[in-house]
Amino acid sequence: MTITEKTADVPAPRSGEDKSGRLLDVKDLHVEFHTRDGVVKAVNGVNYSVDAGETLAVLGESGSGKSVTAQAIMGILDMPPGKIPQGEIVFRGQDMLKMSGEERRKIRGRKIAMIFQDALSSLNPVLSVGYQLGEMFRVHEGMSRKEAKAKAVELMDRVKIPAAKQRVSDYPHQFSGGMRQRIMIAMALALEPDLIIADEPTTALDVTVQAQVMDLLAELQREYNMGLILITHDLGVVADVADKIAVMYAGRIVETAPVHELYKRPAHPYTRGLLDSIPRLDQKGQELYAIKGLPPNLLKIPSGCAFNPRCPKATDICRTDVPPLVPVTERDGAELVGRGSACHFWKETIHG
Amino acid sequence: MPDLMKTPPADEPEVALAPPSGKAAEAGEVGGARSLWGDAWRDLRRRPLFVVSGLLILLVLLVSAFPGLFTSTDPGSGDLTKNFLGSPNLTHFFQDDWFGYDRQGRSIYARVVFGARNSVMVGLGVTLLVTFFGGLVGMLAGYFGGFWDSLLSRITDVFFGIPFLLGAMVVLNAFTDRDVWVITGALAFLGWTQIARVMRGAVITTKHADYVMAAKALGAGTKRILFRHVLPNAVAPVIVVATIALGTYIVAESTLSYLGLGFGSDAVSWGADISDATQDIRNNPHTLIFPAGMLSITVLAFIMLGDAVREALDPKLR
Amino acid sequence: MAEVSKNDEPTDVTPNVTEVEAVDAETPEDAVAVIEAPAERGEPILQVRNLVKHFPLTQGVIVKRQVGAVKAVDGISFDLYQGETLGIVGESGCGKSTVAKLLMTLEQATAGEVFYKGQDITKLSGRALKAVRRNIQMVFQDPYTSLNPRMTVGDIIGEPFEIHPEVAPKGDRRRKVQELLDVVGLNPEYINRYPHQFSGGQRQRIGIARGLALNPEIIICDEPVSALDVSVQAQVINLMEKLQDEFNLSYLFIAHDLSIVRHISDRVGVMYLGKMAEIGSDEQIYDHPTHPYTQALLSAVPVPDPEAREGRERIILTGDVPSPANPPSGCRFRTRCWKAQDRCAEEIPLLAIPERFVGKDTPAAHESACHFAEEKDVVHAA
Repeated sequence: MTITEKTADVPAPRSGEDKSGRLLDVKDLHVEFHTRDGVVKAVNGVNYSVDAGETLAVLGESGSGKSVTAQAIMGILDMPPGKIPQGEIVFRGQDMLKMSGEERRKIRGRKIAMIFQDALSSLNPVLSVGYQLGEMFRVHEGMSRKEAKAKAVELMDRVKIPAAKQRVSDYPHQFSGGMRQRIMIAMALALEPDLIIADEPTTALDVTVQAQVMDLLAELQREYNMGLILITHDLGVVADVADKIAVMYAGRIVETAPVHELYKRPAHPYTRGLLDSIPRLDQKGQELYAIKGLPPNLLKIPSGCAFNPRCPKATDICRTDVPPLVPVTERDGAELVGRGSACHFWKETIHG
Repeated sequence: MPDLMKTPPADEPEVALAPPSGKAAEAGEVGGARSLWGDAWRDLRRRPLFVVSGLLILLVLLVSAFPGLFTSTDPGSGDLTKNFLGSPNLTHFFQDDWFGYDRQGRSIYARVVFGARNSVMVGLGVTLLVTFFGGLVGMLAGYFGGFWDSLLSRITDVFFGIPFLLGAMVVLNAFTDRDVWVITGALAFLGWTQIARVMRGAVITTKHADYVMAAKALGAGTKRILFRHVLPNAVAPVIVVATIALGTYIVAESTLSYLGLGFGSDAVSWGADISDATQDIRNNPHTLIFPAGMLSITVLAFIMLGDAVREALDPKLR
Repeated sequence: MAEVSKNDEPTDVTPNVTEVEAVDAETPEDAVAVIEAPAERGEPILQVRNLVKHFPLTQGVIVKRQVGAVKAVDGISFDLYQGETLGIVGESGCGKSTVAKLLMTLEQATAGEVFYKGQDITKLSGRALKAVRRNIQMVFQDPYTSLNPRMTVGDIIGEPFEIHPEVAPKGDRRRKVQELLDVVGLNPEYINRYPHQFSGGQRQRIGIARGLALNPEIIICDEPVSALDVSVQAQVINLMEKLQDEFNLSYLFIAHDLSIVRHISDRVGVMYLGKMAEIGSDEQIYDHPTHPYTQALLSAVPVPDPEAREGRERIILTGDVPSPANPPSGCRFRTRCWKAQDRCAEEIPLLAIPERFVGKDTPAAHESACHFAEEKDVVHAA
């Protein structure tokens, strides 16, 4: 078939375009939702950045604002009720929040793509997988049906779906969970974006399949030198693939650190509590450490540090002053690159 | 089920509501045992939607029950010479000429008052019958599934295939003496399928819920599972459909009357009056506006009530 | 069209689902399990023998014809002792949740027996079944769907008393409900609140209180913490451990999270495609696994410690779990196994102590259903 030959060289990284450097800069982002019960402050001043080829893991529990931030970056927030009262989302030097709807649409899918948790509901059940994969090429690049289908087969090969040629006309329900998630990844990759946002990409999968999918994602990221934002609640998954981690709590980043550092020496009581509260596979402890209390109600975020009602170290200052995200240093003041903590007592937390 | 249409029982332990702080959640912390219906009622009383629709319905029911309280004029007697198509006199509250006169010189106000009973009885009667029997069929089919579902669903499909009005015309044609009961029966006979289908669907989704499983695991019997767990969680769509349908039944009655298959010429009903009015709409719209307006207001009130009750029965929406 | 049973497995699909008596032991698994019962534990409180659940696949609208069966559970045997926690792990579709439903008699077993204190509960119905249910209770996975949204917490926790009025006299129930709320760490004043007013962790506590109400001896926990936030999981696990000590409960703890299962379990069973692959004490399974599936499963678990991670061997399985409607012949794991040989396709490996370890005093000497069982530590860094 000539078509396959013709497209064979396409997956090589595009040349002539700057693929390095700062991709995304989120600055002081706020997102709120106006509901019947009041204003839900989902994101309260988030800063993070991603470079090309870098993996940032955003770690948080439900309600921490990790997914809302991602949706704001993608521009897929429901507005209203959602509102972005403040902040910038700078993609390759341009603030996306100031762009027109048309400009943003051009970036979405082409430059920034997203992978969702639930692959089954993200795929249209009545269209074949090949058609849905090819849609990108027909819509964005004006390819013919035949060309688009060939591209779809190729993409399925890239994400290692066995017998791609035979399966290209199958429907989503005919694939297993892991295969569907691969299809989602293929879809995100289709236009070779600069940045991929993966929102809990393996949460719905079994452990043995999780590992396959995470490996694939990491491999493709290296190959295309993409930026990757990995949103997850699973400290284990993060440990495998991330370069740096941002821990979120109640719509704020409470700690940032390179991945190894975070696990070795957490600088925020919340991170420490989380690490202590997960049972370990390789050792059997006595009682688990449990962070007391409940995740905060975003309608009534506690004053001061949002974590103060659950924190074992909280004092009066924690109940009144919001701790800013400050750089974390060694005991002797030596700089720790990329580390920050939003705790009044980070020194005590990290240095014991 | 029929009692869904009623306002919930008023078994409120008033004591509980002492703290004036206002927060519903806090107020709920103390006090005696509560029931879903008790809580719903407490919640309903605070809803303007419910209060307005409730008052309207109360008024309509009062008019239907005691028309004599509102007018002493005979709706059947008219003075052609004096009142032929007389215009309404909107400041003459509760007087014969308030809404004007019709082509036979009869007081439209008196006819609206006396017509309420037949229309409301048909509307309410059909809705109650349909909700009860349709709901029962849907519930049994949905809950027990298998053979019973196949059987009941096929029967439902057969009835569903009969055009509602055409079917009613055929049935009513067989009766010469068509009173409220005959018309109600005929409409209910043909109208239950919609509720049955809605109920069946709702029951099927509910019966697979984990809390139903949990109740089974505790050893709960079928009756408890049906009435404590499945039904309360499946009624919401039924209530909505039933209240909307109530309006259509009143309208259906008027259509049948218009076609000469509803109430006889000597009976008073909004439907019959609306159909009579059609010949005078262009020059004397008041002959249509008042009976039709009453009809619309009544239908709207029931729909609003249905909405309010549905929301009150869902603790999540409170 | 498809025949009744396509696969070459020697399972006898019982012709009639309701008739469960006439099934004789198809494998000697149960015999082995009985022998292995550790003496010091005394009599098991729950004995599961050759439990089978096949969901028939039918075709046709009016006349339903069986064209096959999803073999969700296909011959499982194990014991549960008083006061212990038996963890069951496996991936989705391995049949672990079906086991829970079978033990709760929420599903009718196709074959096999479940003995509670010597009485086969799969054959009970009516009053006798209701009496047994008092002693075996369940905690569900999803705290958002397992509580009736239209009932108050008091009604939910009090419902067991209404169903079994002999447990608590009427006037006493409200106090009992409040006691239960207190036991699971909720404010007893919350009795009139509705489930949606609580967070996930609190709701799971309500579910646990409901399970405790009848003073059961056994609680079957089907993924009780997997729907909860990480910081709340630990609270609920600690609560469950506390309650176990307090009320001498036996837990059957079903989960896919191997770390949590290790933490809470005394013994662990690993399921794959409706069969038990390996079963043993937590140390035997986690530190000395002999079944390749267990090894792969353990090695795939992400460990929240990048340094421990680097020294560990990772076994990444290829492919997905095959469909339980048409499982592979012989060993069910052979399609993904790196050790598979011809023998694996022909012969079903039995769940027994592997020959090479029989009689040896080693932690590897525990039941494992593999022809080529050998020990391999995949959890600890090399």
